[in-house]
Amino acid sequence: MTDQIKHHLDDALLMGYAAGSLPEAFNLVIAAHLSMCDECRARAQSFDALGGAVLDRNTQSAMDEGSFAATLERIKSGTTPADAFAAAPRVSTGGTLPAPVQDYVGGDLDAVKWRPLGMGVKQAILPSSKEASVRLLYIPAGAAMPDHGHHGTELTLVLKGAFHDEADRFAAGDIEIADEADNHTPIADIGEDCICLAATDAPLKFNGFLPRLLQPFFRI
Amino acid sequence: MQRIRDARDEAAFAAVFAHFAPRVKGFLINSGADAGMAEECAQEVMTTLWNKAHMFDPARASLATWIFTIARNRRIDALRKQRRPEPEDLPWGNEPEPPQDEVLGLQQESAQLATALAQLPEKQRALVERAYFADLTHSEIAAETGLPLGTIKSRLRLALDRLRHAMT
Repeated sequence: MTDQIKHHLDDALLMGYAAGSLPEAFNLVIAAHLSMCDECRARAQSFDALGGAVLDRNTQSAMDEGSFAATLERIKSGTTPADAFAAAPRVSTGGTLPAPVQDYVGGDLDAVKWRPLGMGVKQAILPSSKEASVRLLYIPAGAAMPDHGHHGTELTLVLKGAFHDEADRFAAGDIEIADEADNHTPIADIGEDCICLAATDAPLKFNGFLPRLLQPFFRI
Repeated sequence: MQRIRDARDEAAFAAVFAHFAPRVKGFLINSGADAGMAEECAQEVMTTLWNKAHMFDPARASLATWIFTIARNRRIDALRKQRRPEPEDLPWGNEPEPPQDEVLGLQQESAQLATALAQLPEKQRALVERAYFADLTHSEIAAETGLPLGTIKSRLRLALDRLRHAMT
């Protein structure tokens, strides 16, 4: 898969993911891309390494008195709620959805609860913190998403199939980073239905009258 | 770290604790935690280090990097009440015992990176540190420092270019 990926994450997003300063919705799209792209995975590890270097030269805050003994006590008592924060290696399930997305869906593609958006396009909003939203989109072969622009940043990762817009073509594993300057009409390739994972930190602005009318209902 | 993992050596753990616990605590305070919460989280991070020592892979990350990722994930949970989605593992996975030259190579790279970071111009380094510590996006850093977003972005880009250059 990696060799075919043409559109990658940028430094700002990788750094934000490493620093932990991005909304949960963006973290999910980035984790999904990293599950498909070895190149960005390696870059993400460098940003973790930079975090390690920053931590190592950071100003220290003296630990409280008896802190080490208290920590040994924590270890012996076995109450360690933080153990989950050492990320365990995630094994690929071999499904259509990368493992981090499956965590949010509660299963692979057959577990997704799709809601129709009209013209055969379907979406499923995944639960995440409120600063940004993330959804799975299903665009039938040859169909178009409504023409839209963006107020904030929108990340779109292709999980299956491919789409193109005015500027470029995006196939499985590719990520499109769109911001306020971009206005586009994504169209799925004719050969195959397209499934994307998309996150946005502001509502999209639709250029046609009808989609804008329906926007509050669809929470796009 | 090997002595912590294999021999469960408390003296080795004490040495790692003395070096890293105050740094983790400082990291959490810089990120907006109060002293009490930072102390507790730092103790938890060190507890996790002991309990999960078998998961530390020296061919993949330096000890500082591994501790940073645990502290970061702890911070996301404590300050934002969120979980952090992690990617799937690489298909070829971990070797049970990493080859020694890979471990050495990574140690050298980590030392090189630390030197390169120390040699960055003050303004660039401060911004890199802020981006990691303050739990702020680049736009939020712009709002807080009063610098235009474009300046933040170009300074960070310059810093990353320098770091990359130093690493090649």
